[in-house]
Order: sequence, then C-alpha cells, then structure tokens
Amino acid sequence: MSTANTPADDHFYREYILDHYKNPRNFGRLEHPDISHEEDNPLCGDVIGMDFRIANGVIEDIRFHGRGCAISQASASLLTERLKGLPLEDAKKISKADVLGELGIQISPARIKCALLSLKVLKVGAYGLANDEDEE
Amino acid sequence: MIKTFDVAAIRKDFPIFETGIAYLDSANTSQRPRQVTAAMLEYFERFNANIHRAAYSIAEEATQRYEGTREKVRDLIHAASTREIIYTRGTTEAINLVAYAWGRKHIKRGDLIVLTLLDHHSNIVPWQILAAETGARIEYVDIDERGELRLDQFAALLKHEPRLVAFNLISNALGTVNPAAEMAAQAKAAGATVLIDGAQSTPHQPVDVGALGCDFYAFSGHKMLGPTGAGILYGRRELLEQMDPFMSGGDMIKTVRVEGTTYSDLPWKFEAGTQAIAEVIGLGAAVDYLTGLGLDAVRAHEREITEYAYEALGEIGGLTLYGPPPSRRAGVISFSLEGIHPHDLATIADRDKVCLRAGHHCAMPLMTRLGVAATARASFYIYTQRDEVDRLVSSIKEAQRIFK
Repeated sequence: MSTANTPADDHFYREYILDHYKNPRNFGRLEHPDISHEEDNPLCGDVIGMDFRIANGVIEDIRFHGRGCAISQASASLLTERLKGLPLEDAKKISKADVLGELGIQISPARIKCALLSLKVLKVGAYGLANDEDEE
Repeated sequence: MIKTFDVAAIRKDFPIFETGIAYLDSANTSQRPRQVTAAMLEYFERFNANIHRAAYSIAEEATQRYEGTREKVRDLIHAASTREIIYTRGTTEAINLVAYAWGRKHIKRGDLIVLTLLDHHSNIVPWQILAAETGARIEYVDIDERGELRLDQFAALLKHEPRLVAFNLISNALGTVNPAAEMAAQAKAAGATVLIDGAQSTPHQPVDVGALGCDFYAFSGHKMLGPTGAGILYGRRELLEQMDPFMSGGDMIKTVRVEGTTYSDLPWKFEAGTQAIAEVIGLGAAVDYLTGLGLDAVRAHEREITEYAYEALGEIGGLTLYGPPPSRRAGVISFSLEGIHPHDLATIADRDKVCLRAGHHCAMPLMTRLGVAATARASFYIYTQRDEVDRLVSSIKEAQRIFK
C-alpha cells in the first residue's frame, strides 16, 4: 500500500480513513464473546473495546466498540477486517508496523497511540485468553 | 485610562513568530521574548557561577541577579516581603511543597479539604495523596451550566469547617474567573487555610496577594513569558516560619553538625540544592517585560481578542462553546465540534501551522462533569492577534469540509 508522504501531508484524512471512521466495520458487541477486552488512552479519552468469538483457534467473529478520534476508530475498524477468520496465533503476530502500514498515512508521534490503541486491545485480549487456557 | 501596547510591535520581540505559526496555546506555555532568553544567555556567557557560596565577583553578580528576581516577583504580586517568595520549579512543585511541608503537619484524620471541579490536576492530586495518607476527606465544589463555581455549595461546604480550601483563580480549561477574594474571605472566616493556584491568573492580570487574602499562592514562570523550570510559591510569613523544609540538603541550612542541623531563614529554608539560576534570572526578565506593558493593558488586550474569538467561533455551525461569556472569562476558549474529535481538529489545524490544544487539559474531573472526553482549546496572550483567530476559524472550516 502506498503511503502519503507529501510534505503538507494533504492526504492525512484520506477518503477510506474517513469512511472507516464514519462507517466503522464490525462495530458493536458480540453476545457471549470468548474474549472481551477494552483499553483507553486517557490522554485524549479514546476508548476501544473488542469482542472475539474463537472457534478451533480461529477468530470466527469480531466486533469493536468505543469512541475517539478518526485515527483510533478507523484503525480499529481496519484491524477487525483483517482479524476476521484469522487464526489467533497469527493475530498475535500482527505488529505495530502492520497496523501503521494498513492505515497508509503518516502518523505524527503525538498520534501514534491513537493509531495503535486497537492493536493494544488485541494483544492484551489475545494473550489474556491464552493464559486462561493454560490454567485449564 | 489604561495604557495600551502595539501588538504588532511586541511580536517582533518573539522570534518564534518568524516561523509563521499561529500560536493559540499560551495557557499551556507561553512564548518567550528575546529579552528573557538574552538575560539567561548573559548569565551563561558573562557571569555563570553558583550562588550564595563563592566570594568572587561573578558569583556575586549571579547571586544578585538571582535574588533580584525575588524583589521583582514580590512587587508583581504585592507580597509584604521577599521572604515570602519561594522559588520552585513551577506551580506543581509549589503546591506539592505546601501539601508536604504544611499539609503533613496540619491535616489530620477526618479533616475536610475543599477543592473545586475547575481545578487542574496539580491542585487535586497532591491533596488526594495527602488525604489518603492522613485519612482526611475531600469535597469538590461543583459548577453551574455556565462553568462557574456553585458558590451556594461552596458556602455550604464551609459550614463543615474545612482545614484547607484550595482553588484556582482562573480555570485553565474553561477560562472561568473565580471570585477568589470573596471565596478566600469566606474560607478564612470559616477557619480554613487558603491556597490559590495562580498559574493562569498571574500572567494575565494584576495580582495582589494581600487583597486576595490567601495564605498560599502558586504560579509558574513559563506561562508568563519566562522559561520552564522556574515558578513561585508565595506563603504568608508566619505560616512559612512554622513549616519544616520540603527538600533538604545544601544551601538550606545554617549549620550542620552530626548531632543535627539548623535551617536557613526564609525563603532559603525551602530552596535546597543548586537552584535553576538561569531560569530564575529569565523569570526576572519576564516580570520586567510584563510590568513594562502593564498588567491592566495585558488584561485589556486579552479581553478584546477573547471577545473577537468568542464571536467568530460562535458563528460556526456545529460548534459548542464551553464556559462563561467573554465578559466573565479570561483568554481561554474551550470548544468542541460535532462529529470531529478535538485531536483530529488539532491535526488539521497543525497543517495550517495553527497550534491548538486538544485533550482534557489536566482537568479530567471537569471533563467528566461536562460529559466530554476532551475539548479543543484556544488560549491567548499579549502577542495574539486577530489574524491568528481567523486562521483558526479557517482550520475549523477545513476540518468540517473534510469530515462532512
């Protein structure tokens, strides 16, 4: 995916970012999720939560909820699209660079936390479940 | 008649404006004029030495300039004596000093501390820690729909005889100007010790700690044209005399023997270790600059630009303004836009070189009370001109176009 890197960063709020912000994919809650986790960014008040349904180690269904800036919400929406149908073990391997690359825009250091909030939800949520399984 | 100053002329003292920014975040930190940086540079290059120690002449010069700021500050806030002027790193350290050195001596289990929902975290968290340690309790004065303190509730809380009442003179988040002298008088009559957070008032209007009637008054240099790292705690002398040191070590002692130590006199009792000498000298130059303009003139200019901005922002559809009308507020305007997060607005404004604050402004209890996670905030100072407000309006319209 090409990234906008014009000096003025004119494409910061690209059409598809705005589209994901205004029409978030997989938005809402799951009933009886296998994993549910929420994180916030107290600095700007962004909140992202994710519900996962896992079957045979695969993310069968996913929903996210929350509120915040276009970057955090679009990032979460994009991430859920990527996660649906993905084995949980593969989901754990998704990196910061993957998420930022998917956004496809230059993110200033001040906004990195917005962009990566959904990844944090995924990581903490996914590893939390793994721990539970180990205990069983 | 209040004297005025030429904004276009004084902007030439601020090299940063050559970069083309519209700076609307002075409630966060102000810009600094050449006169301030020059005073600091002069110290570094002409008489850099430690203070209060050496007998050679550049150390004398450094000491005189460092102590000279104390008299300038005393005069600025009309304190009775320079012994009541204590250097700190800023408002936060000043309030922490009181919370530790006064609070741990005087606040006991079950005591009441009264704060307000308009307070900055720096005037909340030190008291929460003190309350948790001592078993004291905290009550917060609520605000009304205009973002002004509920004085009826304040009066009711005073009936419970609080030991301490602490509040800001001006809210950093809403710009609300609190009736501080009236509140302090009522609190004193109820037997409370009164601390006023002057971080947002000292840079912007004349201050007289005697007329305010408070026991403690704290503020930062960096919001009033000075550098970061230099701030002030004013305290009434008899209270300061009774307090033990906050920090201890070098320079705050009279004699140290293995059996024990006697402390320095005021104000040095509270200034342990090598101080922020250049920063304090810079603060002195900042005070000179402000008093040269006249604090009445500063307030008049900010009133004018605030009214202009309030009107301009008020005409924008989908924009919500928080806080009181401009006649009852300082040069701070918090607002939100329908469907646009403040951080997104700030990012779009940044592309137009408009520096705008977005967030909770270190006033999360207030944000919770307002039912928002964050607001956008424009704040003004001596150098703010209408053109910068116009550029903000353009950025807002651009954001609305992008997010429509």
